[in-house]
Amino acid sequence: MMDEGTELSLTVAQIVQRLKGTNLHSEIERQAKECLHLPEITLESLKNDVRHFLKASGWERKLQNAVYRELLVQPPPCHPATPPEHTKEPLAYMRKAQASWEKRILKSLNSMCTELGVPLARKRPAVEQKELTNKWNEMGTDEPDLSRFRPVLISLRNPNHDSSEEASAKSYWGLIQVPLQVRDIPQMREAYSELCLTSGQLGIDDLTRVPPDLFESEHIRVGKKVVCEQDSAAAQQYSRQGCPTALRADLWALILNSTNTPEDVMHYNQLKAGVIHHDLLVDKLIYKDVKLTASNDDYYFVFEDYLYQVLLCFSRDTAVLDHFSYNSATPPKSYIEGRVGEEEFAVVYPPNGVIPFHGFSMYVAPLCFLYNEPSKLYAVFREMYVRYFFRLHSISSSTSGIMSLCLQFERLLQTHLPQLFYHLREIGAQPLRVAFKWMVRAFSGYLSTDQLLLLWDRILGYDSLEIVAVLAASVFAFRAENLMEVTSLASAEAVLADLSTLKVMPLIQIFLFATAI
Amino acid sequence: MAKNKTAAGYKGPSGDQKRRDGEGRSCVRFRCGLTNTIQDVLRQRPGWVEVKDGGEWDFNWCDVGWLRENFDHSYMEEHVRISHFRNHYELTRKNLMVKNLKRYRKTLEREADRIEAAKCDFFPRTFELPSEYHLFVEEFKRIPGSTWIMKPVARSQGKGIFLFRKLKDIIDWKKDGIRSDEQRDETQVESYVAQRYIENPYLISGRKFDLRVYVLVTSYIPLKAWLYRDGFARFSSTRFSLTSIDDHYVHLTNVAVQKTAPDYDPEKGCKWQVQQLRSYLTARHGRETVEALFKDIDNIFVRSLQSVQKVIINDKHCFELYGYDILLDQDLKPWLIEVNASPSLTASSQEDYEMKCHLLEDTLHIVDMEGRLTGKEKRVGGYDLMWNDGPVYTEDVNLETTGSCCFTANTHLGCVNNRKKQLRQLLKPIPGQKRI
Repeated sequence: MMDEGTELSLTVAQIVQRLKGTNLHSEIERQAKECLHLPEITLESLKNDVRHFLKASGWERKLQNAVYRELLVQPPPCHPATPPEHTKEPLAYMRKAQASWEKRILKSLNSMCTELGVPLARKRPAVEQKELTNKWNEMGTDEPDLSRFRPVLISLRNPNHDSSEEASAKSYWGLIQVPLQVRDIPQMREAYSELCLTSGQLGIDDLTRVPPDLFESEHIRVGKKVVCEQDSAAAQQYSRQGCPTALRADLWALILNSTNTPEDVMHYNQLKAGVIHHDLLVDKLIYKDVKLTASNDDYYFVFEDYLYQVLLCFSRDTAVLDHFSYNSATPPKSYIEGRVGEEEFAVVYPPNGVIPFHGFSMYVAPLCFLYNEPSKLYAVFREMYVRYFFRLHSISSSTSGIMSLCLQFERLLQTHLPQLFYHLREIGAQPLRVAFKWMVRAFSGYLSTDQLLLLWDRILGYDSLEIVAVLAASVFAFRAENLMEVTSLASAEAVLADLSTLKVMPLIQIFLFATAI
Repeated sequence: MAKNKTAAGYKGPSGDQKRRDGEGRSCVRFRCGLTNTIQDVLRQRPGWVEVKDGGEWDFNWCDVGWLRENFDHSYMEEHVRISHFRNHYELTRKNLMVKNLKRYRKTLEREADRIEAAKCDFFPRTFELPSEYHLFVEEFKRIPGSTWIMKPVARSQGKGIFLFRKLKDIIDWKKDGIRSDEQRDETQVESYVAQRYIENPYLISGRKFDLRVYVLVTSYIPLKAWLYRDGFARFSSTRFSLTSIDDHYVHLTNVAVQKTAPDYDPEKGCKWQVQQLRSYLTARHGRETVEALFKDIDNIFVRSLQSVQKVIINDKHCFELYGYDILLDQDLKPWLIEVNASPSLTASSQEDYEMKCHLLEDTLHIVDMEGRLTGKEKRVGGYDLMWNDGPVYTEDVNLETTGSCCFTANTHLGCVNNRKKQLRQLLKPIPGQKRI
């Protein structure tokens, strides 16, 4: 379609467009202007000198990181006549499926609204505002009556779209009958070469019996250097072999290019002010979710207050709307009272366009282990969401999307554990029924925290959620013996109920590199 | 008690390994005074048989009450073991512990130097009341606005404890005799300690917590102590604030007190495993800081035991499993709150039950009625030998290595506890035991 040259200049133009007017842009300009006072800058070689200065002072690296971020996150440029929906999601039937799912959720939200007589949004009276400000750090102590609010559930549906696709010769035993491209083990062995058996890993080679000089000490030394250099791309590459506990917070922030400048803190405080002024219906959903999931979790109950501080602000952050340019979903709209259908009176609801569903808080909870400053925690979470987590609850053709993950999981199982798959199918225990909930949450709340963080290291390192599907399959492989003995869905669930003792890296490594093909 | 008898058919470990008592036992008669986890563990141990009251026993897991009444009248044969030291209260009663620590500190100052003595500064300023009342008032007035905590010396589970800031509060208390209804006997004046309250505890997400750690002592002279790798951090169920010092639930982290708090949810559980805490702290503060912290915690165990070494009646029949309560402050300095001779063995959850079972099984492995150990082990299950008449290092120290600088302490609190594997390699199974 487009030649390489055009594509490149389009990409460059797109990135320039996005970075123009950002804080980074104005900071760099300011730095460049100020450096003119320095003696080493001469008029004859002005351009080079300024460039040199920016490099030495670390600003070039910051720009590099910002560009890298855009390259990773933005979809590739396409033909100028392409409508935006096609950019978000090229496959028509996927768009349809996503749209109809969105409609269902919005309908459920609206009906809850009418039934309970609760407005979608209302301004808080002054007394309430003051109270909330005082209680900001301990919102967990609130016990609002949430019994009438129903959590939004994500459940598995069988989107059996055959439409215009020809019936394939192979038969698939799973629930997902969609012809998406997913990678098989030989392809993944190449893609995930850093995880191979001969390469050191955190999560395997840092355990008690392995002497640290074999891998761990050197890896930590390199990690410290990477943090020093402040290079996003290097941090991402590094993370593939796992991040040392002490360096993980810095490394993840670097990979996500998540800063904590005064502007970021101000932005967060503005969101906080928004929470104080207005009460949204989705706030109740957030409270309910936190109380039902994170507060009952052995590891995360401690962080209850942080979760409110992050999620309530998140709902009001319109900057999140940006990600809808590459998310197959569309933010739900609501109308000012009495003006339904009139576009001028349409507002996105909630302001960030994301309706929180049951279990949503589990995306935030593990991060509380790493960051305790609310604005920093918030910034990292938001970036994680707009890069990865949104794909877990929207229907798309992306390789990191939940559809592909489900399909990949089923394919891996069928190819490499056919006996198990067949058996489970026969007893009415489709594997995806169990694995789905793990994958939607990227295993948060199912694995022990340190294992979960090791898994998320790799999600960041490979910039993809694919590893989640691989882990799901490898868990089945690991417990295959017990699963072959079960005779019902309930007993299969029981065998797979407790994942807290699993060590993820050995499982993944064995599945990818030691499975006979 | 029955004389030493080797039951027929017992095969001990082979050849060159020397056993301690000369003979291991294949049938152990035990008495158990408690009806919780320890009873299950004892009953499930192969070859161990419970004897009823009055019967002769080889092993006794008793409560301190029984000890007080019976110890002095019991004759124990050489092989017999009992789960307390006669005068453990020198370490575990708050006033006596403080007294012993203060005295030990003075000794160090005299015999070594101030730096050495400063290593004992891990307990807050404490005064016994009523005997040290005047000293206490002097200190109290020296630091205006400070908060103090009043604790009865002999009670547990958070009973009778309260905080105060004004002398008036305790003067009133003394006058009213706010002894609770538990006080039966007027003739027995209850002793209290007044201790400086740690106002800047390390908080996680606004919540205060303390650490429960397990230390097993099998001998005081020479001092031999083991540290268990597992333990837990107990969280207060509400946020910490100095404004409401009447709120027991905020300040006291004992599970027993938390259980009665209005928003206590038994399903929730307010504990973290110490491994969890260690990871969390490492992620926040970095490896070196956390390693230094855990080294300071080791120091608390060793020094506190050394302070009572000469006072405790060292009876070779005795061993004791202590529950240490440690509090961290915001500078990551650990403080000793108290030592329990009878740490709770009741389980608050399935996970807790398993942890306590493992703890007790490994305790019994070390007591080694079966005679399977050589005595040279540095690790048994989840226990690491922390002190053996001197510091214990993970590296094997011999004539060649002395002189080289880096020795790491043999303690792994909060580290991975792969006890099953270790036990499999270490011990031959007891006859009749399933493979571990």
